[in-house]
Amino acid sequence: MIRKFLPHPYLTLILAIVWLLLANAYTINSLVFAILVGLVIPWITAPYWPARARVANPLKIAEYALVVLWDIVMANITVARIVLFMPNAKLQPAWVTVPLDLISPEAITVLSGTITMTPGTLTAELAADGHSLLVHCLHAPDPDEVRDEIKTRYEARLKEIFE
Amino acid sequence: MELVWDILISALLVIGGIFGFVGSLGLVKLPDPMTRLHAPTKAASLGVGSVLIASMLWFGVKQGEVTLHELMITVFIFLTAPITAHFIAKANIFRDWPAEKLPRPSGDGEWAVHQADADTSRGELSVERDLAEQAEDDRA
Repeated sequence: MIRKFLPHPYLTLILAIVWLLLANAYTINSLVFAILVGLVIPWITAPYWPARARVANPLKIAEYALVVLWDIVMANITVARIVLFMPNAKLQPAWVTVPLDLISPEAITVLSGTITMTPGTLTAELAADGHSLLVHCLHAPDPDEVRDEIKTRYEARLKEIFE
Repeated sequence: MELVWDILISALLVIGGIFGFVGSLGLVKLPDPMTRLHAPTKAASLGVGSVLIASMLWFGVKQGEVTLHELMITVFIFLTAPITAHFIAKANIFRDWPAEKLPRPSGDGEWAVHQADADTSRGELSVERDLAEQAEDDRA
């Protein structure tokens, strides 16, 4: 019964918060409209997104966000170094296949986004069966190490959050 | 105190400028389309990020009004940059990288771009399981 009116409770919450932030006015007016937006949009889009996303462990999201933010800052410094000081001839770009243990589409989306935003790696493609990612490395003398780091640092954490 | 904030805000603006520059320089300097993708997705996002933090501090400390718009801009950039990169990479693989030049995916399939009827959202992924569970719940 509740599913009929609230197909995606997390989406409802996020939409309401986003509306409040966009309106940049924290009054009862915008709160009412935020809740309205949060209720109506998931209800309209429910046919296009039938399965409800599962979040098994919401508390771990904060930890994951901090790890990723830190890595993004580090990634920028690494990439800036490579761009400014490394001659192109020394650059060793590489393709890496990352086999996935995750099965939830939401988790895979977050993982591929994270890979793109972090040190010298970029998600280029998903396998047709959805069980591996193709990652491009800007400078990777040892591609296996990159794969292991992605699996232990990000995928393991995402598995705890989503599954 | 005023001076400390001034220095902090200007430092953030300068850092933002530097990373924005590095992102654009990387686009020109790096050798091929795939490596070129790396510079703007990362460097530019931190560049924009620190300008936005500077803006939040300026309004918060100097003007005395709390603005959280900037957080939204950061979130939208972090959401859109990987998707744009993914699509540019996909187009590039489609043009220049036949399956033999890439490492194999772990299963039996091909990379989605090389397989015309790829459906990466279905099959053994958890969607089927979740839908079945929901149907179960609805009956109960």
